[in-house]
Amino acid sequence: MLQVRTETPRTASLVLDLPQWPGHRPGQHVDVRLTADDGYQAQRSYSIASAPDEDQLVLTVERLDDGEVSPYLVDELHAGDQLELRGPVGGYFVWDEPLGGPLLWVAGGSGVVPFRAMWRYRRSVGSAVAVRLLCSARSLPLLIYADELRQLACDGVAVSVTLTREQPEGWQGHRGRIDRDLLAEISWRPDERALVYVCGPTAFVEAAANALVDLGHEASRIRTERFGGTGT
Amino acid sequence: MVFSRFRGRRVPAEDAGRVPPGQYVTNGFPVLSAGPTPRTPPESWNFSVQGAVRGAQSWTWADFRALPRETVTVDIHCVTKWSKLDTSWSGVSLDTLLDAAGPTGRFVLAFCDGGYTTNLPIDDLRGGRAWVVDEYAGEPLPAEHGGPARLLVPHLYFWKSAKWVRGLDVRDHNGPGFWESYGYHDYGDPWKEQRYQGD
Amino acid sequence: MYDLDGNAIAAPLFDVFGVEMTTAVGTCRGCGWAGPLAEVAVYLVTPGVVARCPRCDALLIVIVDRRGMACLELAGFSSLEQPGGPGATGRTRPTRTEPRRTS
Repeated sequence: MLQVRTETPRTASLVLDLPQWPGHRPGQHVDVRLTADDGYQAQRSYSIASAPDEDQLVLTVERLDDGEVSPYLVDELHAGDQLELRGPVGGYFVWDEPLGGPLLWVAGGSGVVPFRAMWRYRRSVGSAVAVRLLCSARSLPLLIYADELRQLACDGVAVSVTLTREQPEGWQGHRGRIDRDLLAEISWRPDERALVYVCGPTAFVEAAANALVDLGHEASRIRTERFGGTGT
Repeated sequence: MVFSRFRGRRVPAEDAGRVPPGQYVTNGFPVLSAGPTPRTPPESWNFSVQGAVRGAQSWTWADFRALPRETVTVDIHCVTKWSKLDTSWSGVSLDTLLDAAGPTGRFVLAFCDGGYTTNLPIDDLRGGRAWVVDEYAGEPLPAEHGGPARLLVPHLYFWKSAKWVRGLDVRDHNGPGFWESYGYHDYGDPWKEQRYQGD
Repeated sequence: MYDLDGNAIAAPLFDVFGVEMTTAVGTCRGCGWAGPLAEVAVYLVTPGVVARCPRCDALLIVIVDRRGMACLELAGFSSLEQPGGPGATGRTRPTRTEPRRTS
């Protein structure tokens, strides 16, 4: 573990040095296992937040209030600690260039993590695939990767943000939960046959995926990853 | 690799003798299920004892609630390694339910809404060691914890305390239920760590 | 509603099949639903894993890891196929990794 970097009051990125890392596809995850000194073990999955060509592997973890593992990873780990992990895993919720586009990425809360691997990979390979990214967060301080999101427009990624609970003075972005109307406004037309990725809490993913199908997007071109729990 | 600061949800057991080998005490009450939570309204609910019995019995919710009831405080031990001490339940003793049907077989298969089943020797349901419970901690049993009613057999691993139980099929031979047919132990004594077949 | 989907069991599926399985397409024997394993409804009951049809809840997969040996149930599928094409399997294999201590 090289570094624990705070992203928001509820999330931190774990920066790992893994010389034997075999590489990964953007969107894949790892399974992290913790073992206490009495032998007790707990395991959780975390999406990889870094692109395959980066020197360090980055995992971004959100602290769940009633979590067993996340409070430890976010609050108690520090530089020099070791982690036991297994991966990369997953071949479905991935994007690389051969899959084409255009792309619609819909992220709820910490569901934005796998998309960071995807947008950083897209930049590093110089891809011109058109991307629209819609992120949902409770408030601006809780929007993960806010600085990076601001820069993405320079890379040809159209970013839209909706803040569901609190918006700062003069907020020009969207408000409230992602719904059919907002998706209709943001997303590609169905005839453009975008590849759609939806990631976040389970209720969020179900609602967004159902709305996109209602809007005419082909279900077979919508890929989902549910993080469990209830909505943002 | 050991993380000495990682403790998870566990709390130190005050009396180590109460905790079977390989278990960790928790203050929470994890909800673990092999499928979606059934939602059976009491008016649709009944409980049956059938099969190798002298007289099959069935109780509606009203019948069941009119039976003699007990409140018990027990420790429970889940095969997923957590134990919870001093849990309080209310319901009807299996002695009452079995006596009414007069079983002749030696084994039961408990069957449940949602399709879950588990097998037990009938003797382990007798002698004040098992109940069908409809209250937990003084409140109606929540659906996620097995309500309207579940089996409670605390001397065995908690997968035997079948949630959403709807009855017992009494048999002459011991056939595996859901988890048992995937390799879990037929009996499941936590004090002998009988988690899997062959343990 | 279920909490997790087949993405959450990518690693146990890999352990059992030896290849990435979340893009494999299964067809439910009960209701005919067909889709990638990444979309099945997953219930984690460590050491057991249960996956059900997202449409009809029929039991599709059970994996019980009994101290290194897996007991596996797949009878709920009427078919289970690996797709071809670049989206099918990852180009990397999962590994168990323990990083060197760094400071």
